[in-house]
Amino acid sequence: MSVDGAAQSDGEVLLRVTDVKKHFPVQSAAFFRRSHDFVHAVDGVSLELRRGETLGLVGETGCGKSTLARCIMRLYDITDGTVEFEGRDITKLSTRSMRPIRRDMQMIFQDPYGSLNPRRRVGSIIGDPFAIHGLADGKSRKSKVQEVMELVGLNPEHYNRFPAEFSGGQRQRIGVARALALRPKLIVCDEPVSALDVSIQAQIINLLSDLQEELDLTYIFIAHDLSVVRHVSDRVAVMYLGKVAELGEVESVYGHARHPYTSALLSAVPLPDPERAKERERIILVGDVPSPVAPPSGCRFHPRCPKAKDLCVHEDPALVPRLDDPPGHVAACHFPVADGENIADSTPEIGIEERIVEEGLVGNV
Amino acid sequence: MVRFLIRRVLLGIFVLWVVSMAVFYLFFGLNKSGPNAVASRICGKQCTTQQINAVKTRLHLNAPLPKQYWYFLFGYPGKDDPNGLPRNHGILHGDLGYSYVNQQSVNTTIKQSFPITLSLAVGSAVLWLAMGLASGILSAIRPRSLLDRTFTFLALFFYSMPTFVLGVLLLLLLFYQLTVHGVSWFPAGGYVNLTDNPAEWARHMLLPWFTLAAVTSAAYTRLTRGSMLDVLGEDYIRTARAKGLTERRVVFRHGLRAALTPIVTQFGIDLGTLLGGAIITEQVFNLPGLGFQAVRAITSNDLPIIIGVVVIATTAIVLANLVIDILYAVLDPRVRLH
Amino acid sequence: MTVGDIVSATPVSEEGPLNVGPEGAKKIEGRSPWRLAFERLRRDKAALISMIVIVLIVVVAIIAPVFKHLTGHPPNQQYFDTGLTPDGLPRGPTGTFVLGTDDLGRDILVRLAYGARISLLVGVVATFLTVAIGTLVGLAAGYFGKIVDTVLARLIDVMLSIPFLLFAISLASVFQTGLKIVIIVLAIFGWSSVARIVRGQVLSIREREYVEAARSMGAGSWRIMLIDILPNVIAPIIVYTTLLIPVSIVGEATLSFLGVGVQPPTADWGQMIADAQTSNAVEHAWWFLVFPSVALLITTLAFNIFGDGVRDAFDPRSDRVFR
Repeated sequence: MSVDGAAQSDGEVLLRVTDVKKHFPVQSAAFFRRSHDFVHAVDGVSLELRRGETLGLVGETGCGKSTLARCIMRLYDITDGTVEFEGRDITKLSTRSMRPIRRDMQMIFQDPYGSLNPRRRVGSIIGDPFAIHGLADGKSRKSKVQEVMELVGLNPEHYNRFPAEFSGGQRQRIGVARALALRPKLIVCDEPVSALDVSIQAQIINLLSDLQEELDLTYIFIAHDLSVVRHVSDRVAVMYLGKVAELGEVESVYGHARHPYTSALLSAVPLPDPERAKERERIILVGDVPSPVAPPSGCRFHPRCPKAKDLCVHEDPALVPRLDDPPGHVAACHFPVADGENIADSTPEIGIEERIVEEGLVGNV
Repeated sequence: MVRFLIRRVLLGIFVLWVVSMAVFYLFFGLNKSGPNAVASRICGKQCTTQQINAVKTRLHLNAPLPKQYWYFLFGYPGKDDPNGLPRNHGILHGDLGYSYVNQQSVNTTIKQSFPITLSLAVGSAVLWLAMGLASGILSAIRPRSLLDRTFTFLALFFYSMPTFVLGVLLLLLLFYQLTVHGVSWFPAGGYVNLTDNPAEWARHMLLPWFTLAAVTSAAYTRLTRGSMLDVLGEDYIRTARAKGLTERRVVFRHGLRAALTPIVTQFGIDLGTLLGGAIITEQVFNLPGLGFQAVRAITSNDLPIIIGVVVIATTAIVLANLVIDILYAVLDPRVRLH
Repeated sequence: MTVGDIVSATPVSEEGPLNVGPEGAKKIEGRSPWRLAFERLRRDKAALISMIVIVLIVVVAIIAPVFKHLTGHPPNQQYFDTGLTPDGLPRGPTGTFVLGTDDLGRDILVRLAYGARISLLVGVVATFLTVAIGTLVGLAAGYFGKIVDTVLARLIDVMLSIPFLLFAISLASVFQTGLKIVIIVLAIFGWSSVARIVRGQVLSIREREYVEAARSMGAGSWRIMLIDILPNVIAPIIVYTTLLIPVSIVGEATLSFLGVGVQPPTADWGQMIADAQTSNAVEHAWWFLVFPSVALLITTLAFNIFGDGVRDAFDPRSDRVFR
């Protein structure tokens, strides 16, 4: 897979992910037999993140976006590939050597209920980064924590409350405050608004945008909601079954989706204008996402792709600019979707067995 | 299933090995007074140093610990002397050695004591299961009734009752006080062989059975009650009732079978700890079973007997757990999948 | 699922009473999980009564010397003249000897009071030692997983397969008998069940996002275990601790009863029962067997009822009274 097209000379690279793979062994109850099956959660992803930008990461549940985030954060050991942060390879660093780097990269989690320890007070939760890195104690820690609380729109007087005393949106603010406490350079937001009510989603997203401007932050923003991603991101990467299907500037990808999968996802986004919504034809994908234990051959999307041809079964398409796209917009598709092309009615040119066999695999998992 | 069983057997063997090592190290490695006390005990009070050393040599008490353990497993080196003292052939040849105190074969002692402990264990296990299940089911059928509350209190009462306290109080009440008043229904203790006189056997075992059963069944009352209440709330029980089955059939055929799984688990754990209760009960009622022998051996530093009983007891626990695992698989088909 | 989860799983709307200011917020502030459990416990009559009984026993143990001074009978003093009948039998309850005497003419009441000290001391110290070891092992096994867990889980299996009492007697006899060894023996054979419970809890809590969050911030393993995980498993640990105290008390009494615990002439309940049982005088003098037995029974019963109440308070839905 090539990322040459994705790399642009402007902007300094903060994070470089090269061909990262993460395979989980399939749990097996057998005692004598070691498991040989692996879930290919992330299967060769390369990305670059420039200082100050927001990279959106979208895809269906189980496509590996959260796993990728945890690989970048080194919460998982990476099976293969490298992660470089500020030019330094952090792939193999020990827990101890990772610690100073963690000051500069923080994470915001999806579940505002699960990500805050219910038995600890908010002040102590937000003060955790200071405590862990031995940066401030006692009074100075309290004042720093309250400063951050104020920054994210929490009442600093709620320092001694428990998470249970806050609403979901406020809790997510606590999560943001904790991530911000040490003024990191990179924040990985793992579906930070998916668990929130729509009205509150906007508040959190606006907060994140304001903070980005104010503190010069770089975000990786994971979501399955394409409209949210479009709103916050500069560039977007669409993931399917552990791989990047399409990557590029937001407007380019949303306006000229080349990968049939991206088109399908975009066609499912609700439109505010009922007239336009009626006009648009939804692309209904057949079957379920295949098992990541035994991903399909060639292009991983071929069993569900309306444009699949024989080539797709046998050859994995490279992630390169397609048609007349700028070098920053790359897609992994042999038969990219042209502007204005309607693929809703397309029929694949591969044998029905190919599709059924692959779908049959799903049933085995 | 086969793989699962092999795994359990291997684990059992591992447990036995660890326990034998532990008990061996405890008595031969840590017990400072051990070898000397043993040697002088064996040859009597007016023993010369020379004689003590002779005994030590014969029993290889001066050999390094791992070597002694090797002898313990595979037997002492050398040949059997037809005239001299018996030689230990090692535990792996089924020989548990000879008592330091009376030179009797440990195998013989255990063979004599085992039926007594077995009588106690089987009898009380039957009794406690009967008492526990019956009271638990009755409680579950009518929760919060007077009967349920009574059983709950009794369960808590007997659960809190130390085994030996119940034993001595029963003896005081049913032996001493009755005897003082001229009634001798219950003996003070002791054991009569089942084959010699079944009626006397039962009469002697009655109080020990009840003692052990009462303190153990308390947990079963609660466990059965809770488990039955859970099961009786399930949809398929409602279906069974809706089908028009008799209440008895619903409770016993459909309810009890499903409720039995946690009880079987608990039973497995308790079979393992049964020997502990047996030690106390045998002590109180003067039954010369395994526990009784072990306590006597411990107070007289008779190491071969202690080790023998520990090995036998651990084997029993391991076997009991294995049986329970199989029973579990029979009762709950889901287990077989793993 | 603990009370904390129930509380935290209750959604509160963004514009709920929390945002109206300090007055509105106060109502909710008081309801921490501990508070809830405490309030439930306060409404449990049986638990309250048993707690009063426990407090009384503790008071008796503390003021044992007062009994000595009031009666003028030191616990180990043998009164052959006043404490025994002319036939040499123990005296029943009278004005001088409120609960009678034993076969050596010692005052049972005073000995019971001194015996309470040992029972409670062993009950509390052994339990805390047991819980401390079990919690540490359970935390390590559950958190580290992999090889650490495999080894520790096997160790727990082995410990649970050991004939406890037999080993306890052996240990107590190999080393010098006495209080210290009784406590150590009880802890050695008790920790494995605590560890099993804690391990199970940790296994589920380890997967929570807040643990992941702590790791993402660079927290070390021990910090995560002690600060992030331990507070969330503390409720079952507390419940188990209260239920373990009577088990330890009975364990000590049993060892002393079998002659490998506290040695004579120290006043100890198990020892006193053993004395009475082996004495021929018990036929005529029920009191010196019955009073220590009742003292032991009341103590364990009170702790068990209280422990039951504590468990109900922390987990109101549970119906299982024991284990």
